[in-house]
Parts: sequence; structure tokens; C-alpha cells
Amino acid sequence: MNKTLFDRLWDSHVILAQEHGDTLLWVDRHFVHEGSHHAFARIAELGLPVARPDLTFGVADHYVPTRGRAGVAGIPDATVRGMVEKLMANTARHGVRLFGLDDPRQGIVHVVGPELGITLPGTLVVCGDSHTATHGGQGAYSFGIGASEVAHVLATQTIWQRKPKSMRIRVEGAMGPGLDAKDMILTIIARIGADGAVGHAVEYAGSAVRALSVEGRLTLCNMSIEAGARTGMVAADATTIDYLRGRACAVSGAAFEAAAEGWLALASDGEARFDKEVALDAAEIAPTITWGTSPEHALPITARVPDPEQVADAAKAAHMRDAIAYMGLRAGQLLTDVAVDRVFIGSCTNSRIEDLRSAAAVLAGRTSKVPGLVSPGSASIKRQAEQEGLDRIFTAAGVEWVDSGCSMCVGMNGDQVASGERCASTTNRNFKGRQGAGARTHLMSPAMVAAAAVAGHLADARPMLAGRT
Amino acid sequence: MDPFTQLTAVACPLPLANVDTDQIVPARFMSTPRAQGYSGFLLHDMRRGADGQPTGLIALDRPERAGAQIIVAKRNFGCGSSREAAVYALADFGIRCVIAPSFGEIFAGNSLSNGLLTARVSETEADALLAALEAGGKTLTVDLEAQTISGGDQAVRFDIDPAARLRLLNGWDAIQMTLSFKDEIAAFQVRDAAARPWAKPQKVSDPRGLTP
Ligand code: SF4
Repeated sequence: MNKTLFDRLWDSHVILAQEHGDTLLWVDRHFVHEGSHHAFARIAELGLPVARPDLTFGVADHYVPTRGRAGVAGIPDATVRGMVEKLMANTARHGVRLFGLDDPRQGIVHVVGPELGITLPGTLVVCGDSHTATHGGQGAYSFGIGASEVAHVLATQTIWQRKPKSMRIRVEGAMGPGLDAKDMILTIIARIGADGAVGHAVEYAGSAVRALSVEGRLTLCNMSIEAGARTGMVAADATTIDYLRGRACAVSGAAFEAAAEGWLALASDGEARFDKEVALDAAEIAPTITWGTSPEHALPITARVPDPEQVADAAKAAHMRDAIAYMGLRAGQLLTDVAVDRVFIGSCTNSRIEDLRSAAAVLAGRTSKVPGLVSPGSASIKRQAEQEGLDRIFTAAGVEWVDSGCSMCVGMNGDQVASGERCASTTNRNFKGRQGAGARTHLMSPAMVAAAAVAGHLADARPMLAGRT
Repeated sequence: MDPFTQLTAVACPLPLANVDTDQIVPARFMSTPRAQGYSGFLLHDMRRGADGQPTGLIALDRPERAGAQIIVAKRNFGCGSSREAAVYALADFGIRCVIAPSFGEIFAGNSLSNGLLTARVSETEADALLAALEAGGKTLTVDLEAQTISGGDQAVRFDIDPAARLRLLNGWDAIQMTLSFKDEIAAFQVRDAAARPWAKPQKVSDPRGLTP
């Protein structure tokens, strides 16, 4: 047999294929959020109902306030309030379960879906958000779609796709201490480029990937889109099954154990061929941060800001010059000499309990030199972190501990980085203006963000973690 | 959706790689209802100074590119966020075709849903088209039937998925198309319920009792 994991996921969802390659696929899980208002307006225009409200889940995350929550009516900004209210009205009208502002399970869509077991291995998951590939960390086939496609899924519970090519990224060996999935994915993107996986469904494999927890795999798959991939996934294994057992929305009892056998059988065959293969040695992965305005602008923390004059490709050099100017850096400057103005720990990339634990390991007994915000990925994670006392470590260090939402990842709720300010951030995009007009974003792992907070400049977390983890 | 067959129009060079959808339309504009129009948001922060007025830094705002309906850019155009608002901004501005070596895939899908053609050419061809426009070339002709782009003394073939080409040529709406396959969809659901009984999600209680 020579099927890949992706082949199996694809095949089990094909409703029909047209001769020119367009294929109609069944959708198992559809997540909607405040940004889905265009799509609800579209089906209203067409007079169509939601085909399968039982397979549609609403989550309030993109616009929700993270501070001083006093119900929806208490949201001070009228535009923001309107966006949350629209989602409530649209989901209520169509009988869709909403994890809304006041729900004890509220959180970021790509955190809530996996942690409740709404996402399962072998399911096809879509959402009007480009980081939907996150769910691939649990062995799902998941991808982001646009508003017209959201309307299509609402109306039909199906989606048209062309089968992407296959790509395997294997990371073998063991990463050094203090490193995590964020360092791994930033290294991968720096290697293959921001469009290195365009047109491909990526399977992450190898012993270093197997060694990651489900949380780490979610982080890894989350940033697949930053390499242009259509989707990213890790085959389900014993780690996945243990993680899912007992999750609220997953099947339970004997049915779970039977399902689990099927999930394990979805893995790629030994002889399976991929259209593209990339191999990385885990031992070569360094603590990695981005210096520029594309996720491919990533380097080890020990490096210097690159010099465009040394780059032969004129277009590439121009792009670098522009990024260096926007970021307010100097070519040749040591990255560890770059002072930061604030830090952010959160987003669907790095806001799970492990992320909070690793930032707290650096911050315990230390103070942050700059203001900071920690926004856990869900209300459940927030409660767990508080039980573990992590909130007290953050507040003692002088950073704010707030409620869950997309927050400073995209700034739609008002949590923004001011123009010209530099933020060390656990998020996934360092695009110009992503965290606010004129904001300068450096992406890195939670431990590295914590290290930047303590040092007041970009810093290596490893010495600060020595003897602590 | 209006069919797309052939277009001869002013073309605008945008010689940048990795123009992400956060650049095409910054997030802060995205709560705007579509009916209000998105054209003013197109490439907002790249085009406008602190006073909100166009700086003329990019060709889109120069008089000789007035009325442009085609943009030629470098690789990975429309990467990043899935926001269809990026396509709304282009479409509302009047753009009907973007030519580049590669596109963010969600962006390309969104373009298709809105009748905007994303035409793929090689990097060398994109550079040649950009050079010709910057040397004073003004209009290009895009022929979707023949999959060609021509202008001045240049003519290149472009790539597009065959299914996307058919949809654009005919102006088909995806939802109507899919609803015509309702028997196939129903048959799939019967097969699937037997093959994957575990795929049905368990309900969790709704604290507000808003939904069943
Ligand atoms: S946290 Fe950021 S990337 Fe994740 S869903 Fe929210 S806006 Fe998108």
C-alpha cells in the first residue's frame, strides 16, 4: 500500500469528482466567528437555511474584550459590540451552538475546537480563518476558507477543492532544552520560504514531531499557512488518543476505543510517496525569532540583522531593506541588542497551558522591564492556569493577566501595539501593521517572549531556564 | 456573478513580493458592511500618509494608472489572512484581474468567488510585464478563453485551474452549482454515517439555553 495520511483523509470525504479535477468534499466541522457576518448575510440574501447546524459551531473570539468583561452589553466600543451581537443573533437564528462571551468554554476558535474534542482525527474541519490548519495537530484535515466559501458550507455542508500535492516535512532527532514547536516551525518557514508549501498539503513527521505533545503539534500546524500550505497535519498516535479520551464533544466509552483504532490506521504507509520532501535535523534548531515583516524573516537569536548589501538577488535585497526600515533596525545589529517596548503572550499559536507554563518558568521570581499582556487561549485554560498559580507569577512579574480572545494577535478588539512600538509576541504574523498601524512585531516562543520581557530586549531564554524545567 | 471572458484595460505595476492580505486591507476596516464599499481601504497603509491622503508612492495613485483594472505583482500575492475583504477592496476599486507568479491559495479561492481572475505567469514573465509597464506600457489584454496576456509586443500564456477557468467563463455561482448535486450529497451522508459513526459530535450543554 502506498497511501499517505492526506490521501486517506481526502478519499473519505469525496462526494463526487468532476473530470477537470474539482471535487466536492463533505465537511465534518464548521467553525464560525464574528468575522463570518458576510457569509450569514449571503445565505440570508439567498433565503437559505444552515444545512447542518449540528455540525456548525460558533465561537466569539476575534472581537471580544479581554479586560473588564461585563457581558455583551458592557462592551464599550459600539462597533466591537455590534460584531459580537451579530454573531449571537446569527447563531441563535439558525440553531447553532455558540461558545459566546459568557460561556465557560469560550476561547479562541482553534484552541476551543481541539480542547473540547469537537475536532477529531480524520475529520474535515473548515473555518473562515487562515490558521484553521491548527486542527491538523490532531490528525484532522483542516483549512481556512473565505467568506463566500463560508456561505457555501453554511448552505450545503460541503466544499469544492482540487486535490493539493503532497509534501512531507520530517524533523528527526531531539531539539535542545528550552526549545519548542515554535522554534521548529519558524526554522521550517525560514528554510522553505513564505510560499515554500503553496499548493501542498503538508504532513509533519519524524521523531522530533512525534515527541511533541498535542499542544506542540497544534502550534506546529498552526503556522502551516505562513509557508503557504493548504493544510498541515500530524498523524494521530497514542499521544493524540490519550489527549482526546474524555473530551466533552468526542465519542466516549467503547465507541471511542473503536474509533481510535480507525484513527491510528489513517497514518501514511511506509512506501507512500510525497511530491516534495524536506528533512531537518532537530539538533540544528536554535531558539528562533523573526526580525522582519514576513514569517520567512526568521533567524537564531544569536544572529545579526542581515545585510541587504550582501544579497545578490536585487528584489530580495529591496524587500529586506524595506523590512529593516519598517522594523527600525540596522543591518549587522546583534538581535540581542534590539530593545522591546512590550510583550504579548497569546493567540491560537501559543496560548495553551504548556505555553503559559513555559513563559511562567522564565518569569517566576523575575520582573518584566516592559508592559505585557498574557491572554490564555480559552476560559478553561485560564481556570487551569489559575489553579496552577501561573496567573500569580505573571502579575508578580508585572504583566497583565486577562481573559481569552484573539486580542493583540490582530488588534480587532482594541488590544493593539502603538505605531513605532516594538512587541515581542507569541503570535503567528509579523506583517506590517498586523498588531496595529505602524506596529513592529517579532515572533517567537512563549519562553523567548518571557526572556525578552525580563531582559528588556530580544534575548535567549536558555540561560534563564537553566535549572528550572 | 458576471462572466469573465476578455479584458483590455489599464494595468498597474506593483513590483512587490508577499503582498499579504493585511496590507491589501488592514484588519481595522473589516467590520464595515460590504454595502458601504471597500475601495477606499485598498492597500490603505501602503498608499496613504498619516493624513489619509494618497502619497503617490505606488503606481496605483498616479494619473497614468487611473481606471486600472489589472494589477501585475510579484510572487505570493495575497498570502496570509483568509479575509475576503481583500478581494472586496480590489473588486470595489475596479480591479478584475491580478497577474503574479503565485498567489495565497485562500485569496485565489476568494477571488474566484467574486469573479476576479488570478492569472499565474512565471517569475521571468512577471518581471518582463512589470518592466514593460514601468517603461511606459499602459494597457494589457487578458483573454481567459485562450489563457493569454498581451500588450505592446509581448504575449504570454498564463496558468489557471481548469475548474476555476470554467466557473469564471460562465459566471457560475458555487452554491447553486452544489445544490444541483443534492442527491449525491444525501447518498454520501448515508454511506458516511455507516463508515464513520464516531464523526457525530456529542452535544455539550449551552449555559444560556439559547440553542437546542
Ligand atoms: S488568534 Fe490571531 S491567528 Fe488565531 S484565530 Fe485569532 S486572529 Fe486568527
